Amino acid sequence: MDKFNSLKGIAAPLPIVNIDTDMIIPKQFLKTIKRTGLGVSLFYEMRYDNDGNLIKDFVLNTSPFDQSKILVAGDNFGCGSSREHAPWSLKDFGIKCVISTSFADIFYNNCFQNGILPIVVSPDQLDQLMIAATNQIEFSIDLPEQTVKAGNHSINFEIEEFRKDRLLQGLDDIGITLGYQDKISAYEEDKKNKKPWLFKDN
Amino acid sequence: MSNQGPKTLFDKIWSEHLVGQREDGTSLLYIDRHLVHEVTSPQAFEGLKISNRPVHRPEATIAVADHNVPTINRQNIEDPQSKIQVETLAKNTKEHGIQYFDLMDQRQGIVHIIGPEQGITQPGMTIVCGDSHTSTHGAFGALAFGIGTSEVEHVLATQTIVQNPAKNMRISVHGDLPFGVNSKDLILYIIGKIGTAGGTGHVIEYAGSSIMGLSMEGRMTICNMSIEAGARAGLISPDQTTFNYIQGRPYAPGADHWDQALEYWSSLPSDNDANYDHEIVIDSSEIDPMVTWGTSPEDVVSVKGLVPNPSSAQTENKKKSIERSLEYMGLKPGTKITDIKLDKIFIGSCTNGRIEDLRKVASIVKDKKIASHVQAMIVPGSGLVKKQAEEEGIDIILKDAGFEWREAGCSMCLGMNPDQLKPGERCASTSNRNFEGRQGRGGRTHLMSPELAAASAITGNISDIRDFT
Repeated sequence: MDKFNSLKGIAAPLPIVNIDTDMIIPKQFLKTIKRTGLGVSLFYEMRYDNDGNLIKDFVLNTSPFDQSKILVAGDNFGCGSSREHAPWSLKDFGIKCVISTSFADIFYNNCFQNGILPIVVSPDQLDQLMIAATNQIEFSIDLPEQTVKAGNHSINFEIEEFRKDRLLQGLDDIGITLGYQDKISAYEEDKKNKKPWLFKDN
Repeated sequence: MSNQGPKTLFDKIWSEHLVGQREDGTSLLYIDRHLVHEVTSPQAFEGLKISNRPVHRPEATIAVADHNVPTINRQNIEDPQSKIQVETLAKNTKEHGIQYFDLMDQRQGIVHIIGPEQGITQPGMTIVCGDSHTSTHGAFGALAFGIGTSEVEHVLATQTIVQNPAKNMRISVHGDLPFGVNSKDLILYIIGKIGTAGGTGHVIEYAGSSIMGLSMEGRMTICNMSIEAGARAGLISPDQTTFNYIQGRPYAPGADHWDQALEYWSSLPSDNDANYDHEIVIDSSEIDPMVTWGTSPEDVVSVKGLVPNPSSAQTENKKKSIERSLEYMGLKPGTKITDIKLDKIFIGSCTNGRIEDLRKVASIVKDKKIASHVQAMIVPGSGLVKKQAEEEGIDIILKDAGFEWREAGCSMCLGMNPDQLKPGERCASTSNRNFEGRQGRGGRTHLMSPELAAASAITGNISDIRDFT
């Protein structure tokens, strides 16, 4: 998995609450059997008109925001379906960090599986960062220090230690868990005796 | 979480499935059953192949194609991409020895309908699936939640998932449900009350006499939409209603283990003095039949109510959000909900595609005709629901009333298959999400119960079942 350490750049403001995963990547793009190539379809219905032409005033279609690696968005970002196509499309577009006041649980988890850093800030801080983003002030994000800086603002954010480590080191989660194979086998042996109905072959 | 002291249903299932702690402090939770469908699994199987990893326990995994599948002309999937996805699932499951219900199998259907129907879903289990509505299975007292594709791969490879414990929330609903009010109204009311982020980080346990009085179908509708309240999962204590539903189903414990399973299941309900991080108590007499007016499931109002006015919003953000929703929905503030004219009716989905839902619709539309300007479609949740309905003559009643009678699948709940709304079309839907574009680009969704959708099909406007004779 890609590592994440620090990031600098312009942030795209998206001041809409409850941005759901259908908005991030609509259903017609879920028919792929690959993880890549979804960036062009990110926020499809807000980015393109009925004829497939770019909607010029949508933020990610305007320079310099079309090059943003950071997104600043309203409350409850990523609600709705579990589709990992949402972070895949963000990543494929080039976005490596999303800042909001809250994230839906499954989306939040999915970000860390793909080297994307979701940052939770307070409503006041979000308002400040939204203004900074709109004014094209450069953001500077430092994961080891857990800070977001933009102009005069310097914000400390919280992140669980294991998630931070995983991003910093780009670890393979399955590889780590397979290191606990003995424990998994021991658990299964124990339950086969105690709850045999769960181990009947389907 | 301590091992001593009173425990909630969630605490009990959690500690029973804890394999151990990893060095990074996270917990490894054992997964009893893994449900797999065509849309969120291909990249997971590809990941296994690249890393040369086998499926740890194929016999604990069950697969079905549901999201993409056409509801007419099943022999040939016209969309080449959909076809590839369904074929890829067939190939992957065969390669790894995983049970797969193919499109011609009567047991095929929406993954969250067939789990309970086959008796795969049982109390005290952990169940995951690459689909957010996995919360449905919580109706049986199983800890069930949706996961992303990377986690699907993790479960396939290890039969475990990396988790930290959720917080406990209890929502108790007391009293007999008023006439015309059912489980869908109840859950829409709850989402309206706590909001779509109200349950974030929590597992919601539903309790109280209104909940425990529901059938398993009704309980599934409640738990299904827990995700719309932002919760990781929904749970309802298993009781005799649960046990009666499971007994005798194909994958249920047989006679050899039934008593042993029952003893364990009976130990699962939360202890009386268990502690919750958050508690909400609702008196069911305050609930009306509910309808959504906007583009988030929290945008709910009584069917007797009005489309809200943005100027009454308490914050600037909320005002903007209402304005955006109303513009998308093509609605004016102050419009009576029952004055909203419909184009389409969709009855189905993992929320309301079960036999009980179809029976209710049939009882309402019997010997009537749908309004001439609406198109109405019924998509049974599974092949077996369809078969049962046909045996009961429900299909005849519905077809006589003017409904289209389709094959099983997710269909217009998310419109991945050809069943979609056209721009500007307005739909009364028994599904779970009214997001912008969810049922088709520019489509306008009003979520409601099967009873309201049926009454609305006849009148052509959103209608209150209590006025309907």
